[in-house]
Amino acid sequence: MTTSPDWPLFEVFIRSRSGLEHKHVGSVHAVDARMALEHARDVYTRRLEGVSIWVVRSSAIAASDPLEADAFFEPARDKVYRHPTFYAIPEEVKNL
Amino acid sequence: MYTQGLDSLGKDCLPTPSAATAALSTHFESRIERDEKIEPKDWMPDAYRQTLVRQISQHAHSEIVGMLPEGNWISRAPTLRRKAVLIAKVQDEGGHGMYLYSAAETLGVARDELVEQLLAGAAKYSSIFNYPTLTWADIGAIGWLVDGAAIMNQIPICRCSYGPYARAMVRICREESFHQRQGFEIMLTLARGSAAQRAMAQDALNRWWWPSVMMFGPSDADSKHTAQSMRWKIKRFTNDELRQHFIDVTAPQADFLQLKIPDPELCWDAKTLHYRFGEIDWNEFHRVVRGHGPCNRERLEARRSAHEEGRWVREAALAYADKQRPRAAAA
Repeated sequence: MTTSPDWPLFEVFIRSRSGLEHKHVGSVHAVDARMALEHARDVYTRRLEGVSIWVVRSSAIAASDPLEADAFFEPARDKVYRHPTFYAIPEEVKNL
Repeated sequence: MYTQGLDSLGKDCLPTPSAATAALSTHFESRIERDEKIEPKDWMPDAYRQTLVRQISQHAHSEIVGMLPEGNWISRAPTLRRKAVLIAKVQDEGGHGMYLYSAAETLGVARDELVEQLLAGAAKYSSIFNYPTLTWADIGAIGWLVDGAAIMNQIPICRCSYGPYARAMVRICREESFHQRQGFEIMLTLARGSAAQRAMAQDALNRWWWPSVMMFGPSDADSKHTAQSMRWKIKRFTNDELRQHFIDVTAPQADFLQLKIPDPELCWDAKTLHYRFGEIDWNEFHRVVRGHGPCNRERLEARRSAHEEGRWVREAALAYADKQRPRAAAA
């Protein structure tokens, strides 16, 4: 038995309700973006889990490499002064 | 709908990291130890990857094949409400298959390849779907028992160490609960109905009980991958632990229905606070797993012909998209 060429893979992002960001939920195969949206609706929102869907070709996503994560995120590692808790403020000072 | 027991039935994977990967392997093990999730692009041992591909794809196949025994009753559901519910349930099973194929694909395997393995008879799926659905009561028994057993198997997988599998499982478990409740409701309606309806419910329980109990897979003594899968936190409980839990919660439900579980040895043990139950017919289990159940051949034939008959649609859709792309670019 032979298979026809695989339909391209699309990653699916869903906004569960307005006010929230789109969030990755999984992927679907489809021939084009329009079909990918319909498949994503059928697969991921059978119980009204979304008010908006984004699909993007999986091959179009560039991702950071987990093996390089230490070096990649290193610049932020020693900058604790970016957090409010870095600064000691006397107890009696309010609203800071 | 289901997985489990399957993970121990495929090929062996030997976890033997070479010297070059030893450091990565140690790091991986320590992440597992700390209960960190492993994500698709993270380094992982080949054996971990293979175990997951096998388990997730078998699970996906089970969902897809699982549509067949229930789909058999859509056109004969006794009321419009039952029909709408059954359609929704069968659609969910298809959806669950899609979530799982999607999770398997994050491990670097193509969906086509997985489907090909199923159609070629090289991949396993849950043996429960090789039993026929002879009466409407079977649809109730499947929801109540088969989905009940599936939920018991699947809830611990929500905490599986592999992120995409765990997330797919969370989604699936949320949906399975409707499946089980609608099944129990069918059984309850029949159990409270006429003598003939009660007999039909009892007959379904008689036929589905043991196959459901077998869904948890071989006993711990015979499950060769359980230990490794538990170390990797793919699996959280052993087959026998889950089976005992299933029987403990299901026996009182049968009592409520005033139906009799077909096991003369089933009784409550006040000392262990568990039900005791009779010997499982492992010969039957292995026979069905090896392809000699009542419907193995029929199920695969149905999947193959669906795949073949859909071929022209897949090809036409692709051809249409290829044709539209330059037009869209030019516009």
